[in-house]
Amino acid sequence: MGIWLLRRVGQVIPTLLILSILIFGLQQLMPGDPAVILAGEERGDPAVLAQIRAELGLDRPVHEQYVIWMSKVLTGDFGFSWRIRVPVSELILAKLPVTFQLASMAFVIAILIGVPLGILSAVRKDTPADWAANGVALFGISTPNFWLGIMMILLFSVELGWLPPSGYVPLFEDPAQSLATTIMPAFVLGTGVASVLMRHTRAAMLTALSQDYVRTARAKGLRERVVVWKHALRNALIPVVTLGAIEFGRLLAGAVLTEQIFTIPGFGKLIVDAVFNRDYPVVQGVVLATALIFVVLSLIADLLYMAINPRLRNA
Amino acid sequence: MTPALEVVGLTLDFRQDGRALRVLDGVSFRVDAGRTLAIVGESGCGKSVASLAVMGLLPENATVGGAIRLAGRELTSLSREERRMLRGAEMAMIFQEPMTSLNPAFTAGEQVAEALRLHQGLDRAAAFAEAIRMLDRVRIPDAARRARQYPHQLSGGMRQRVMIAMALACRPKLLIADEPTTALDVTVQAQILALLDEMKRETGTAVILVTHDLGVVADHADEVAVMYAGRIAEQAAAATLFARPEHPYTAGLLGAAPGEGERGERLASIEGTVPDLRAPPRGCRFAPRCPFVISGCIAEPPPLAEVAPGHLSACWRAPLDTVLGQAA
Ligand SMILES: Nc1ncnc2c1ncn2[C@@H]1O[C@H](COP(=O)(O)OP(=O)(O)O)[C@@H](O)[C@H]1O
Ligand SMILES: [Mg+2]
Repeated sequence: MGIWLLRRVGQVIPTLLILSILIFGLQQLMPGDPAVILAGEERGDPAVLAQIRAELGLDRPVHEQYVIWMSKVLTGDFGFSWRIRVPVSELILAKLPVTFQLASMAFVIAILIGVPLGILSAVRKDTPADWAANGVALFGISTPNFWLGIMMILLFSVELGWLPPSGYVPLFEDPAQSLATTIMPAFVLGTGVASVLMRHTRAAMLTALSQDYVRTARAKGLRERVVVWKHALRNALIPVVTLGAIEFGRLLAGAVLTEQIFTIPGFGKLIVDAVFNRDYPVVQGVVLATALIFVVLSLIADLLYMAINPRLRNA
Repeated sequence: MTPALEVVGLTLDFRQDGRALRVLDGVSFRVDAGRTLAIVGESGCGKSVASLAVMGLLPENATVGGAIRLAGRELTSLSREERRMLRGAEMAMIFQEPMTSLNPAFTAGEQVAEALRLHQGLDRAAAFAEAIRMLDRVRIPDAARRARQYPHQLSGGMRQRVMIAMALACRPKLLIADEPTTALDVTVQAQILALLDEMKRETGTAVILVTHDLGVVADHADEVAVMYAGRIAEQAAAATLFARPEHPYTAGLLGAAPGEGERGERLASIEGTVPDLRAPPRGCRFAPRCPFVISGCIAEPPPLAEVAPGHLSACWRAPLDTVLGQAA
C-alpha cells in the first residue's frame, strides 16, 4: 500500500514537471508585453519599462526565469501577482473555495440525476423510459453551457425573479443566499457530467444485471428492488465511482466558463483576469494548482476503487 | 404420496424477432421427497431452461405452459410475488458456474445469511451465525473465518459449497442442481456430489440433478429422465434405465445399441445431429437418427407411455427387447 502510493506519486512528478514547462513556454507566445501592460500610463518611457523588466526578472533568458520560478515553487512559494502585489497562493486559497463549492454542488446534482437515470434506463432497457433517459442524457451533453446558463437566467431571474442572475455570496456568510447564487450555475455545470454518469451507470448496470450472481440473487427470492439496488448496483458502482472522481476534476476545470456567465468570482474569473493582464505568476500558479488537484483526485479515485472492490482490497 | 415436484406437459416458447421458438414441448417429470432425479441429455436439449421454468427465473421473452406443482401446489397460477417468496424458501437452485454465481462484492457469509433474513426473518447477527453453521454443515473448514471472506478468496469447490449452503439454508422441498460439478476438477466433483447426497439424506430435500454425465447419474440418481430436443424421451428408475433402456436414444447414450461403437463412447456413438428447434421433425424428434425408425415414427410423435411399471418411454417401438433381439 505505502509502496503503491509512493509509486503513484513518483509517476506524477514528471507529469507535473512537463506541465510546468509547457505553461511557462506557452505563455511566452502570448501576444503583449507584460511590462508594457504593467507600466500603464508610463508605457512610453523606456526607462520605466526596463526597470519593470529588471524587477520581474523579465530581462533574463526564459530558461533562467523558469528555473528561478520552479525552485521557488518547490519551496511552496508561488510568487506575487504582478498586478495586485498579493501572494499567488493567497489568491488561490481565496478563490478555490468558491469554485470548489460550485463544482461540489454541480457534482451532487450530476450524481442525483445521472446515477438513478442510468439505473432506470438499464432496468427498463429498450422501453420508453430508457429512450427518455437517453434523450435527457443527449440533451445534457449537447447543450452548450453558455446557452443553458443564459436561458436559465432569463427564466428564473428575469421572468420569474426567483433567483439572482449573478454574483456570489460566500457559504459561511449567508448559506441560503449562497445556495441561491450558485444553484443555477451548479446545475448548468452539472448537466454534462450527469449525462456522462448516466451513460456509464447504464452500461455498468447492464453488465452487472447480466451476471450469474444476479440470477443467484433472484433464485434466493430477493425482491427485484434488492437485486437491482444491492446486488447489481454494488458492482456497477465500482467503475462509476472511479469515473466520478475524474469527472469532479473536469467540473473544476469546466467551472471557468460557467463562472464567467454568472459572474462568480472563483478560479475561472481569477485565471481569465490574469491572462488578460499578462499576470504570469497568477496564471502559472492557477494552472499548476489545478493540475495538482487533478492528480490528487485521480489518486482518490484509485483509492476509492480499491476500497469498494473487495478483489483489490484483500489481494 | 404427493411428489415434491411434478411437472406435466411443460411447454416453453421464446419470443424472438417477432417469432416464437418452442424449446420445451410437453415435458413431464416428477421427483419425490428425499430422492434424486437426474435429467440427462445433450447440450441444448432444454435441461437448463426446464430448471429455470420451475424456478420462475426465465427472462421476460419466455412463455411457459403446462403444470408445475410443488408439493401439490400449482405454481403457474401464482402471482409473481408468491412465486418469488417460494424461491430460496421452498425451492432453490445451484448453477454450473461456481466462479461467477456468487456476488464478488459481498462475503460468503453475508450471501448465505441474506436468504435466512428474508425467509426466516432472522436479524443480521442471528442470520450470520446460522450462515456460519450452514457453511460448517457443507464441510467448509474454518467456517467462521471463511464466512467473512469474499468469493475471490475461495476455490471453485468451496464456492459451490457456499452455493449449496445458501440453497439449503431455508430447508427447501426441492433443490435443482444444474450441472453443479461440470466446471470443477474431478476430485472436487466427487466431493460436491457426495455432499449433495448427504444433504439430501439429512434434509429430505428432493434433488433434481441436471447433468450430461452418465457416470454421475449411475452413482447419484434414483430416477432418470432423458431429454431429447425439448422433450422427455424416457424416464425410469436409474438401475432399470441402465439395465433395460426403452428408448433408442437412451440405448445410444449407453452405447448399448447394436452396431454402434464401444460401450462408454456415449454421445459420440449416435450418428447424426440434434434437430434444429426452428424446424423440428414432425414425428419423433429422434427419428432421423434412430436405427429402428419405421414410417409411423416420422408421421406422428410418440406419447410418453408406460412400458413397464414406473418405466416411461416415448417410442413407438417400445418395448425394445423384441426390436433389439431382431437387430442383434
Ligand atoms: N433466453 C433464451 N432465449 C432464446 N432461446 C434460449 C434462451 N435460453 C435458452 N435458449 C434455447 O433453449 C434451448 C435449450 O437451452 P438450455 O436449456 O440451456 O440447454 P441445456 O440442455 O444445454 O441446458 C437451446 O436451443 C437454447 O438456444
Ligand atoms: Mg444447461
